[in-house]
Amino acid sequence: MTHPDFLWRDPDPRPAYDVVIVGGGGHGLATAYYLARDHGITNVAVLEKGWLAGGNMARNTTIIRSNYLWDESAALYEHSLRLWEGLSDELGYDLQFSQRGVLNLAHSVADVREGRRRVNANRLNGIDAEWLDAAEVKKFCPVLDVSGSARHPVLGATLQRRGGIAKHDHVAWALARRADAYGIDLIQDCEVTGFEITGGRVRAVRTSRGRIAAGKVALAAAGHTSVLAGHAGLRLPLQSHPLQALVSELLEPVLDCVVMSNAVHVYVSQAHKGELVMGAGIDACNSYGQRGAFHVIEAQMAAALELFPIFSRVRVLRTWAGVVDVSPDASPIIGPTPVDGLYVNAGWGTGGFKATPGAGSVYAHTIAHGVPHPLAEPFALERFATGALIDEHGAAAVAH
Amino acid sequence: MMLIPCPHCGPRDENEFRYGGQAGVAYPGTPAELTDDEWAGYVFRRDNPKGWFHERWYHVHGCRVWFTVERHTVTHEIRDAPS
Repeated sequence: MTHPDFLWRDPDPRPAYDVVIVGGGGHGLATAYYLARDHGITNVAVLEKGWLAGGNMARNTTIIRSNYLWDESAALYEHSLRLWEGLSDELGYDLQFSQRGVLNLAHSVADVREGRRRVNANRLNGIDAEWLDAAEVKKFCPVLDVSGSARHPVLGATLQRRGGIAKHDHVAWALARRADAYGIDLIQDCEVTGFEITGGRVRAVRTSRGRIAAGKVALAAAGHTSVLAGHAGLRLPLQSHPLQALVSELLEPVLDCVVMSNAVHVYVSQAHKGELVMGAGIDACNSYGQRGAFHVIEAQMAAALELFPIFSRVRVLRTWAGVVDVSPDASPIIGPTPVDGLYVNAGWGTGGFKATPGAGSVYAHTIAHGVPHPLAEPFALERFATGALIDEHGAAAVAH
Repeated sequence: MMLIPCPHCGPRDENEFRYGGQAGVAYPGTPAELTDDEWAGYVFRRDNPKGWFHERWYHVHGCRVWFTVERHTVTHEIRDAPS
């Protein structure tokens, strides 16, 4: 047997690039891809301190949906979902994108009101959304316990049928292959340790593999954004937390949709291979440790077993954590910074995977033109001073 | 799960506590004179170091005392805890 062809080169850094993207995860790779595809900018390096897509891109629970409450978020996430719908064909790679439907459960009267409000808001924004009562939820997802005596009674749920999951590794590989084919250098084992800033403008990045001059620098580093921004003298409204997830052993098909519960902080789907993939809420304290506390997993599993009694004898295969950067309003920060030529895409918190193509496309536009893409404009850093927050704590679906 | 040293009750499990974020964030001395961006700094911007961090904890399921520790955000080691 011969080794299959490599999907991308493993180049050494060159002395200078038009754009240096810091972070070789989903968002960094997507940004590189759209810089080339939409703007013809290919003299680009993606710097990754570890290996490509080995951070949160390898650790998320792959849920994709666009049913956010506010107009600004709905537009951004729906832009992303529409890109997902054509992405496998476009990239020539099976991303195992499966629009199997996402349920967001309501367990109280307040949840019901919030859910119905969100369905109406979504429909006004042209996003598919349905409200299901308990009987309809049972029909859509028979393994859920919707009985009145349940610990977390299901009073109804929102359903976005176009929501679903994708195979995160395939997404990263497909984007990396295409970016590489455009001539973009994907440079691994290359940690950014500082910036050269003169006259208020970024000129170069200092890395573990030497100095690299850059016309523009674009951060796409998720949980480590604060550390990088600190090197540039910036203090961002971000806090880094562990976000835990787990998978079960492989099972026969038992769950053919995505189930999320805002109130009990659990979300579940079954991957194509057969394992149940579950995610928790964030650990409360700040951490860069890529691990969380067991009591968070325990509480998550307790809630999951109340919702899905059939899972009571399922065994956990492994648990892990990523480091997520949480913003005060549970919405991302995208745009220029006070340092000329330095751009930020961060604060996606617990929900960045679904935005991979959307964030990449609007961030690439912002970098290429030097001004925010219209969809990114409301998510600029300035909103924390103007007060125009985009509070998505309800629709973000995971405790912040 | 971390073992957190409560100054009143001694070392207790993390899930007895609520987290309070960065310690020593003082209310502005001259609030009427702050710019919008300075208010944003006070309300929204906090230190987020990869390393040692002064932070507040609240023993909500115990003696209900608030206190400050210095904890490492990678190793989770706690030093300079209140005695």
